[in-house]
Amino acid sequence: MPSRDFFKNVGRTFSRKSAGTDVPPPAAEGLKFIPGAEPTSRLDPWWWLVVAVILLVTLLMIFQPDPYWHIFLFVRDGLVITIELTVISFVFIIILGLIGGLGRIAKNPVIHFISSLYVEIIRGIPLLVQLIWWYFAAPAVIQSFGEWVHWDALATYHSNPIVLAVVGLVICYGAYMAEIFRAGIESIHKGQGEAARSLGMSYMQSMVFVILPQAIRVVLPPVGNEFIMLIKDTSLVSVVAVADLTRRGREFMAAHFNPIEVWTLIALLYLVLTLVSARVIAWLERRRKY
Amino acid sequence: MSEPIIHIENVHKYFGRVHALRGINLDVHVGEVVVILGPSGSGKSTLLRCINNLEVYNSGKIVVDGILLKTAQNINAVRREVGMVFQSFNLFAHLTALENLTLAQRKVRKRPRQEAEKNARDLLAKVGISDKATCYPSQLSGGQQQRVAIARALAMNPKIMLFDEPTSALDPEMIKEVLDVMLALAREGMTMLVVSHEMGFARAAASRCIFMDEGQIVEEGPPDKLLSSPTQERTKLFISKVLQL
Ligand SMILES: Nc1ncnc2c1ncn2[C@@H]1O[C@H](COP(=O)(O)OP(=O)(O)O)[C@@H](O)[C@H]1O
Ligand SMILES: [Mg+2]
Repeated sequence: MPSRDFFKNVGRTFSRKSAGTDVPPPAAEGLKFIPGAEPTSRLDPWWWLVVAVILLVTLLMIFQPDPYWHIFLFVRDGLVITIELTVISFVFIIILGLIGGLGRIAKNPVIHFISSLYVEIIRGIPLLVQLIWWYFAAPAVIQSFGEWVHWDALATYHSNPIVLAVVGLVICYGAYMAEIFRAGIESIHKGQGEAARSLGMSYMQSMVFVILPQAIRVVLPPVGNEFIMLIKDTSLVSVVAVADLTRRGREFMAAHFNPIEVWTLIALLYLVLTLVSARVIAWLERRRKY
Repeated sequence: MSEPIIHIENVHKYFGRVHALRGINLDVHVGEVVVILGPSGSGKSTLLRCINNLEVYNSGKIVVDGILLKTAQNINAVRREVGMVFQSFNLFAHLTALENLTLAQRKVRKRPRQEAEKNARDLLAKVGISDKATCYPSQLSGGQQQRVAIARALAMNPKIMLFDEPTSALDPEMIKEVLDVMLALAREGMTMLVVSHEMGFARAAASRCIFMDEGQIVEEGPPDKLLSSPTQERTKLFISKVLQL
């Protein structure tokens, strides 16, 4: 059955455009073909690339401390911000995506309409524009709303760039995640839900104990893909006053005028984050037991 | 005769323009085994699925164990009394055989883990696959999966069991092991509705056979009579075709 791998690869390459369609189609009758259950070697050969890049960064910092070690010391708080931003946003993205995905398959027309509208609108606006909107426009909207309802706490609202960046990332990525979850849930053979219902389980019980545990396995590759894209897309928040890795790099370059070294190191640091994540995700995918 | 445990009165069911059930009347009493025959698309599955509310009928009346389905406050209460076995097994793919049997016992019947597991092991032994308790469905043959599926339904202590073509997805050599389990169940006095074209099973276990065509019950009677000397032309034609297989 080559189609599964085909879909998986399409998902990896074009995830932005095809989010939601990059989940493999439901297996015919039960799950006779188990992707990933075929025997795999224990050691993931791509770890060598991770090791090579980390080694390169280390060697640069040891043998060329000026400027590489100095750059690293300067940008490391930005590196922490980038990691925090990614992890915190991702937790909320999963929650929002789950709610949105369940909304998209809901029979209730109001819930279905609201979640579909959310997905359609958000997917139509560039992430950078959304981040800028949250940073520059949202505080003003909140303040005028506060004045209108005479609520001082809102009227005197002062924006926190990190919070607004998280909000922007979560709302944008949540829409793509909703589509991934929707497709994942729909890919589970409908007989699974019927069997659960026929045993007397409620809709929620069959979702929580039968459908979602199986859907998680299906959505793991595209969800992992989103995580890696999120790491990279957090660099956009450097435009809205968040001192992440990219912004700290720009600050260092402005003071020392050495773009080649700065941006090479920044690129390598992002590469370490994404390569390590990719290996962890690949490991999670291989760990499944049924 | 006592009150029927299933009472179906003039039931109609539409799927959009498709009129899948056209005025079905059927009473099933406790301990009866009713085998339903009929060509593909005649509404057999739809009838079974209406009985445990996987489909909602459009008009008429279905009463299961004294509960009128249309007004059933808690549909899940009805489903607990009615076990269903599907053509495609539908075992929970992410759970072992044992976990397949314990999940609903614990979440729906609220049995403690120990009790649910003991019950599950007893049932797996009964259907003859104790040694596969820790296997996942993908590690079992079709016949083994279907026996686990039967045990899973029985674990809820249903009063009625519905079987929708339980052997038609199986390789020939596995059909018998499933039919034997069903036969044993019938002999114990379980009330059963079975959609199946296994003539041997019908003759051995059925108290009544029903022939359906185009959403209607065309003919019904004891298995010997219906299978050997049907009165309706459509039944004769169908049975001669099935027997040729
Ligand atoms: N979910 C559905 N949506 C639309 N039509 C359906 C659905 N289920 C069954 N039907 C139609 O209802 C009729 C009866 O189907 P079914 O009960 O599955 O027949 P059988 O089990 O006897 O083969 C068929 O014409 C079928 O196409
Ligand atoms: Mg059918």
